[in-house]
Amino acid sequence: MRAWYRSRTVGQKQAVWAWIFLALPLFFFCAIRLFPTSYTAYVSLTDWNLLRPKNYIGFANYLRLWNDPVFWQVFWNTFKYLAIGMPISLVLSFMVAYYLDQVRFLQGTIRALYFIPFLTTAAAMAWVWRWFYQPVPIGIFNLMLVDMGFSQQPFLRSTTQALGSILAPAIWAGLGFQVVIFLAGLRAIPETYYEAARIDGVGRWTILKEITLPLLRPTILFLVVVSSIGFLRIFDKVYNMTVDGKGGPLNTTRPLVLNIYQLAFTDYRMGYAAAQTMVLFVVLLAVTAIQLRALRSK
Amino acid sequence: MREMFATVAAAALSLSMSVTAKAQTVEIEYWQYFFKERVTAIDALIKTFEAANPGIKVKHTHFPYAQYQTKVAAAVPAGEGPDVVQLYYGWLEEYRKANLLAPLPKDQFDPAMVEKEFFPIVKAMKAEGSYWGLPTAVRSMALFYNKALMKEAGLDPSKPPATLDELIAQAGKIVKRDAAGNTLTAGYTMGPVGQDHHWWREILVRQFGGQAYSDDGKKVMYDQKGGAAGLQFYADIATKHKLTSYGFMDETQAAFKAGRAGFHIDGSFRIGTFQGVPNLDWAVAELPSHNGVKSNFASYWVNGVSSKSTGPKRDAAMKFMKHLTSDAAMQLWLKTTGELPAKPSVGLSAENKNDPVYGPFILGLAYSHTTEFVNEAKQRQIFLDMMDRVSLQKMPVADAIKIAAKEEQQLLDDHFKK
Repeated sequence: MRAWYRSRTVGQKQAVWAWIFLALPLFFFCAIRLFPTSYTAYVSLTDWNLLRPKNYIGFANYLRLWNDPVFWQVFWNTFKYLAIGMPISLVLSFMVAYYLDQVRFLQGTIRALYFIPFLTTAAAMAWVWRWFYQPVPIGIFNLMLVDMGFSQQPFLRSTTQALGSILAPAIWAGLGFQVVIFLAGLRAIPETYYEAARIDGVGRWTILKEITLPLLRPTILFLVVVSSIGFLRIFDKVYNMTVDGKGGPLNTTRPLVLNIYQLAFTDYRMGYAAAQTMVLFVVLLAVTAIQLRALRSK
Repeated sequence: MREMFATVAAAALSLSMSVTAKAQTVEIEYWQYFFKERVTAIDALIKTFEAANPGIKVKHTHFPYAQYQTKVAAAVPAGEGPDVVQLYYGWLEEYRKANLLAPLPKDQFDPAMVEKEFFPIVKAMKAEGSYWGLPTAVRSMALFYNKALMKEAGLDPSKPPATLDELIAQAGKIVKRDAAGNTLTAGYTMGPVGQDHHWWREILVRQFGGQAYSDDGKKVMYDQKGGAAGLQFYADIATKHKLTSYGFMDETQAAFKAGRAGFHIDGSFRIGTFQGVPNLDWAVAELPSHNGVKSNFASYWVNGVSSKSTGPKRDAAMKFMKHLTSDAAMQLWLKTTGELPAKPSVGLSAENKNDPVYGPFILGLAYSHTTEFVNEAKQRQIFLDMMDRVSLQKMPVADAIKIAAKEEQQLLDDHFKK
C-alpha cells in the first residue's frame, strides 16, 4: 500500500487525498439523501400501512393516484400557490428593494423591519393571522370591514378566498429575505453604468429596463428558484391556518406536501404517500431544471 | 474472628438475596397521551398497584396527543414500547387485526362477567369470543348552559331545555346580534369541528327516526331515514333560526367559556375546562330529546395488552389491567379527571347520579350508543365536508348526504374487505 502510494505522481497523490476528503460528505449524502430517496421509491411500490408488513403491489399506488380526484385537486392547489405567490412576492420585494436602495435615512432599520417576519416562527405567525381572519367580534380584518360599513368576509371559511388568505402571510413572511437579496444584487451593479446612462440623458424607466433588470438576472434566477421551491413545498401555514390542519374547506387550500403528510401520518397509508412524494420530487426537479434553463440562456 | 465471618456471611447472603429479588422484579411499561389529570391519575394508580404487588414495577410514559398515535403505531409493530397501552376505542380493531394486541385471558376477564359488570357499550371491544381491551372510564355528552344569560333573557335557569324545540326557542331568546346581523352572543354554539358530528350521528339521526349505520356497522344508513332531517335541523340552527354564525369565536367551547353562548353541547371531558372559570355561571343538563327519543353518544379510551409482552411481563401486565379496571380505580379516575366510571356499579351510585355536574352525563350513559368507527378521523372529516357543502356551497342537504354516504360506504367497504 505504502509502496503503491509512493510510486504515484504528485497529481495522482492529490487526487487520492481529494477523494479521501470527499468521501465523508459523499457518505453523508448517500446515507441522508440518496438512501431515503431510493427507499421512498421502493415504499411507493408497496401497500405499507405502518402496522403490517409491506407487500409489493407494483404500480397500483400510481394508478390509484392517477384516478384520485383529491390528488389532482391538491396538485393544482400547489401550482396555484406557485403561480400566484411567486410573481407577487418577487414584484413586491423588488419594488421595496428598488426604492429602499435609494433611501439613505434609516435604511438599516427599515430593512430590519422587513426582515423580522422572516425570522418569526411560522406556526406562531400563522395562528395570529388565523385570528385576524376570524368573524367579528374577534377578527381584526372583519372588524375593520364592518366599521367601514362593508359586510363581513368569510376569508378562511370560503372555498374561493381561503387560498389567497393563506398566501398573504406566506408572501409577507418571505418578503424580508427577498428584499435583502435584491438589495445585495442592486448594490453589486457598478455605479459607472448609471453615470454613463445619466450623462447620455436616458430616462429612469429605460435605465431600469436596460441596465438594472438585465444585470440582476443572476439574483432573479436565484430568487425564482428558491421561492418556487418554497411555494411548492408550502406546508406550515396551511397546516396551522386550516381546521385540524387538513387544508380545508373541502380541500381547497391543501397543497401536495400536506396531502402527503396527512396520508402518511394520520391515515398511515405509507405506500400511497410515498408514491405522491415521488411525483412531488419529479415536479420539483422539472420546475428547477426549466427555470435554470430559461433564465441562464442568452 | 468468628463475628467477622458471620458478618461477611450475612452480607453475602443478603447480597445474593437482593440479587434474586431483583431477578424476580418485573418491569412493565405503560403508555398514554399527555393530559395533566390523566397522568396524575395513572401515577396514583401505579403507586397503589406497586404497593400491592412488590415484585412489579410500572414505568409510565406519555406523549403529546398529536404524536401519540404515530408513536404507538411505529413502536408496537417493531416490538418496542409498552406492555399495557391506552388506545382510543376506534383504533382497537385496526390494532387487533394487525396482531399487535393480546386477548385478555378468559379466566381473568370472563366475557360473561365483563358484560354483566360494564356498561354495554364495551361490547365493541369483543372479538373472537374474547375481550381485547377494557376502559377505566367512559365519556358521554350533555348540554352545558349559561345560567346568567338565561336569567338575562327572562328564562328560568332551573328549567333548561328538555326537547330540541325548547332548545331552539330558549336559544332564540338569548342570541344577540348587531344591526348588520353579526352574532355578538350565540344562543347555541355550533361547532362541527367539535363533538357535533357525534350529536348528529348517534343522537339527531335517531331522534329523526333513523339510525346512522346498520347494526353490524357495515352499512351506512343515514342516507335512508333520519339523516337528512337531522342534518337539516342542525344546519337550520345557523341559517334559519340564526342562533349563531358558523365559526363564531373559532371554537365553540371558547365562546361558552367567554360567556358568549347560552347553550353548548359537549363531552364530559370538557367539565374541567369550565370549572373554576371566574364569572361563568353554568350548569349541566341531559341532552334534549325529540319525538320522545332520548339518545347519547359514549366513547372511551381502553387499556390493552401488547402482543410483544410475554412470560412474566404478560402476567404482570394482566395484573395491572385488573387494577386499572377495578372499582377503586374508576372512582379515583372520576375524582381526578372528571371522566365517568365504566361500570354501572360505580357510576350509578347515588352520590354520582345526583351530582349536579356528573349526574346528567352518567344518566346519559344509560341510553347511549357507541359508533363503531373504522377510522374516526376520516369519518369525522366526511361529516365536516358534508357541512361545508351545505353551508359554503349551499348544496341541498339531501345531495350532501348522498355524497357523504357514498364516501363513507367506500371507507367501510375498504376496511371490511381486508
